[in-house]
Amino acid sequence: MSIHLIALSLGDAPVPTRLLALAPVDMIIIALYFAMVLGIGFYLKRYTKTGDDFFLAGREMTAWVAGLSFLAANLGALELMGWAAAAYQYGILATHWYWIGAIPAMLFLGIVMMPFYYISKTHSVPGYLKLRFGEPSRVLSAVSFGFMTVLMSGINMYSMALVMKVVLGWDINFSIWVSSITVAVYVCLGGLLSAIFNEVLQFVLIWMGALLISIIGLIETGGWSGMVARIHTNFPGGDYTHLWRTMGSFTDNPMGIHWTGIVLGLGAVISFGYWTTDFLVVQRVLAAKDLRAAKLAPIIGAGFKMMVPFIVILPGLLGLALLQPKLMGEAQAVATGGHSYNEVLPLMLARYCGPGLLGLGVTALIAGFMSGMAGNVSAFATVWTYDIYKALIRKDATDAHYVSMGRWCTILGVLVSIGTAYLVMQFLSIMDYVQALFSFFIAPLFGTVVLGMLWKRCSPAGGFWGLLAGTLSSIGMWAWVKLDPAALKYIALSSNARDMAENMYRALWSWIVCVLVTVAVSLVTKPKPESELNNLVYGCTDIPGEGHLPMHQRPMFWAVVVGLCFVVLNVIFW
Amino acid sequence: MHRPGMVSIWFFVGILLLAYGVLITASGLYELVSPPARPVVLGELHAGIWWGAVLLVLGAVYTYRFSPRRQK
Repeated sequence: MSIHLIALSLGDAPVPTRLLALAPVDMIIIALYFAMVLGIGFYLKRYTKTGDDFFLAGREMTAWVAGLSFLAANLGALELMGWAAAAYQYGILATHWYWIGAIPAMLFLGIVMMPFYYISKTHSVPGYLKLRFGEPSRVLSAVSFGFMTVLMSGINMYSMALVMKVVLGWDINFSIWVSSITVAVYVCLGGLLSAIFNEVLQFVLIWMGALLISIIGLIETGGWSGMVARIHTNFPGGDYTHLWRTMGSFTDNPMGIHWTGIVLGLGAVISFGYWTTDFLVVQRVLAAKDLRAAKLAPIIGAGFKMMVPFIVILPGLLGLALLQPKLMGEAQAVATGGHSYNEVLPLMLARYCGPGLLGLGVTALIAGFMSGMAGNVSAFATVWTYDIYKALIRKDATDAHYVSMGRWCTILGVLVSIGTAYLVMQFLSIMDYVQALFSFFIAPLFGTVVLGMLWKRCSPAGGFWGLLAGTLSSIGMWAWVKLDPAALKYIALSSNARDMAENMYRALWSWIVCVLVTVAVSLVTKPKPESELNNLVYGCTDIPGEGHLPMHQRPMFWAVVVGLCFVVLNVIFW
Repeated sequence: MHRPGMVSIWFFVGILLLAYGVLITASGLYELVSPPARPVVLGELHAGIWWGAVLLVLGAVYTYRFSPRRQK
């Protein structure tokens, strides 16, 4: 996912040597993992008979399962390796993508938006747009989501295969086919139910595999203060351990970003767009067993998301403190035969993990990749089947027919992803373009959905034209900077801004365009009558109260707890 | 997620952690009696043994707590 993934641009240069060598016990551990995920798929097939079973896991998930799955679908292997690399390169600033770039949005989803998604009984985010704004908005959203999801899946697949080649010396074709066929089999058999079961398993494995690096690393450095002291010794003059102190100017921090970009672009627009409207993650919460579980799931996810830097960012910081010689950029690494930033996590894994533990760490990376891919294909299958095939091609088929379509679609989605992976292998620049393309839809979609949920006057025409205008403006800004790099100072407010800063500001402007156009068009067009807005919009929806529940069972209570922890962590690492 | 007869996801988690715990602990013990030629950094902590033991205990607890027999 473009906002949470720094693609590993490992390049196509020949790899001189692999970083890790596996022992037989490591291979057994990896083989056991594959056997387990496939076994779960075969086991769950018997429970996947109806459309609700296949596409929404029967809407029977507890808050914990839905919450962990919600997070795991986002916690891919490239997320682990990419953000560990970013932490080595930019220091603790990378944590913004886990805290302000996620927590407020996840809490907002749980407390404010989830009731409308859940009570409307929609099966997807485009499905909600259909109920709220009509068919054109749904088709625009569904087609863009489906297209981008399989493309992103292919890019992730290729990147992961490349990682396996660099880290383990595995053949790229072997990695692509084995992992994708495994995902296709278990999602095809058990649908979302199987994807969620495996995501919970993968979540546990990711933690168990990656946590040890941070623990032993802190022992080696003598704790946090020892690590900070070593970083200061290794990189005198650089500030790698403060979150906000260096954000007063574009030139004061290695990311080349200003705090307004982080707060308004990342925190207020991109993260809300991703966490509240990207169906890949929202689908997991829609599978919750009741409204309270649906509200709690993103809050539980937020609690764990806050801790993810401990297994992703901290290894990068430990790398800054401990690894000698220093890591370098990809081009320099290829030219000199050194190690690049992107290899920091496997290098730390090799530093501390002997036979057995190494297998567990590699399994964590594979599990991360597969959970992300399963998320992509299961969301794609749902959107294709319900929002494109059922809406535009065959409206009145039986439930069994749609389940069958979902299964075929899973296979199709995986095959298209594989095709994309091979396409990217031939034309590496596609990776940059598709990641940018994905970001075009996120921010405007959030503007459309949130106005639709909170403003009764918002009309169907306003929703459609706002979404279209926001998306087109984002594409236009991106193309403008590509054609004329000097335009960066207008889009990102500074010619010193880097790619990330540009993404932040582009998202902010496109969201503002979406909101302005939606409001303007809504005010001059006819809104839906209130009778048609029941269970879709604030003020027209009877949301069950929680006053009768004990405090510790109320989602709002836990949202406040997580919110307070979020504030405290930002103050501690200010 | 409690359909009649359906095994809990936490049971699957427990089984896998249990198996990993056994393998990693055994591997750590083997390294203890037969030290490798090129030990990892802080190899003297024998992380394989205690981390494997953590997985083993967690796995055993989850396997027992969510075993299909106890769920009936």
